[in-house]
Amino acid sequence: MTRIVKYIFYDILRTRFILLYTAFLLVSTIALFQLDSDPGKVVMSLLNIVLMVAPLISIVFATIHFYNSYEFIELMLAQPVNRSVIFLSEYMAVAVSLCLAFIAGVGIPMLFYGAGSTGFTLLFCGVVLTLVFTSLAFLASVLTRDKAKAIGIALLFWFYFSLIYDGLLLWVVYTFSDYPLEKVTISLIALNPVDLARIIMLLRLDISALMGYTGAFYKDFLGSNAGAIASVGILLVWVIAPLAWARQIFSKKDL
Amino acid sequence: MISIKQVNKTFGKLHALNHVNLELTSGKSYALIGPNGSGKTTLMKSVLGLVVPTSGEIYFDGKLIARDWRYRDKIGYMPQIGRYPENMTIGQLIDMIKNIRQQDTLDEELIDAFKLYKMFDKRMHALSGGTRQKVSAALAFLFNTPVLILDEPTAGLDPVSVELLKEKIQDEKRRGKLLIITSHILSDLDELTTDVAYIYEGKLHYNNSIEALKAETGEKRLGKAIATMITQKQLIDSINA
Repeated sequence: MTRIVKYIFYDILRTRFILLYTAFLLVSTIALFQLDSDPGKVVMSLLNIVLMVAPLISIVFATIHFYNSYEFIELMLAQPVNRSVIFLSEYMAVAVSLCLAFIAGVGIPMLFYGAGSTGFTLLFCGVVLTLVFTSLAFLASVLTRDKAKAIGIALLFWFYFSLIYDGLLLWVVYTFSDYPLEKVTISLIALNPVDLARIIMLLRLDISALMGYTGAFYKDFLGSNAGAIASVGILLVWVIAPLAWARQIFSKKDL
Repeated sequence: MISIKQVNKTFGKLHALNHVNLELTSGKSYALIGPNGSGKTTLMKSVLGLVVPTSGEIYFDGKLIARDWRYRDKIGYMPQIGRYPENMTIGQLIDMIKNIRQQDTLDEELIDAFKLYKMFDKRMHALSGGTRQKVSAALAFLFNTPVLILDEPTAGLDPVSVELLKEKIQDEKRRGKLLIITSHILSDLDELTTDVAYIYEGKLHYNNSIEALKAETGEKRLGKAIATMITQKQLIDSINA
């Protein structure tokens, strides 16, 4: 498995896209730190990068990479190599390189300017979202044989979790505003990894007071140890479930 | 050595393989023939596990190949259209496959014969169709495997290389390897194979030794014999229908 991961890793590094992504993150993080002297506010601005850019780049890059390595996958499958090993190696190589790019691009300036424990939470959220969206990208890739269609599905995932889902959630909250919705919204939020990461961050930033009673409720639940463990657990399910499903489809796929 | 039992494969409405039963025994050399789109490549890919049959079983050395993969270290496969990572060089590609298979008994005869050493730093996307085919052939024979699956091995090669490859195939046949070859050039198959399996529209219509086929049809050349066999079959079918 390590041998195969090594070859895929080498292939990813050669395209230089990952290096560009790292550079982009580095530049924008440093720029934000230069603009504002308060690390707390910088982390708040960085949150938007983490919630929008990291998932988008991860899902598009992973999908394109999967199709570009189709020949490699085909070649490997005719060799005495397990299908699952090939699939998981692809995932490992892509996910690890995206995570490293994110950690280097955002983490190094943070260390330099000092962002404290909120910065660490931000890094954690970014890495988990990268893993989640790479899983979703692999799922999109095995669902269809057509590259354009797969990228379409991947972008749809991103739009859904980043924009559409929030709209639907707002609509639900607005329509049923006469009822106590705290428990319902908290379970609805668990259905969206991006929202979950956002709320974990907002609680860390101690601005939940701005969200009124609901914010207090979130703090009461997600701020507690059990809540924190539960939210991390749910995020991990978001990493593993799409990947497991994709692996299942891949193991029966014709090449 | 390989037994294919009641294998079905459908791609949507297309019935690519229809209840195929075939026993392939070690030491024999099989010609898999049939018109374009009759299911030859699908059958080969099913044996390799690249295509998963809709139903039916395939056994390699008595073991079911579904969910197994180790048996593939006994198979050398030459695809009809070799698709390789485009930005790798020939040398890197061969090194990578060696590194991944980790098998000791290497057979680099074809790499020498085709003079691939001279082109080791050429990238795959810069190769002509024929050179690509040579790389495929070299990789298929590289690990001295007891089973060789060759999908139209001579297509696209120049006459000198065709002869080199045919000689190599005959050497391997003499060593008692199991060969499965598809080709549309029947005169080649006449020299290289001992048995013939004829597939038409996903169904196996004929499976016997070439000698028997020639005796049945009273023809001396394989091409003629097969043509006669097909017309006889059509005649019988039209009577039955």
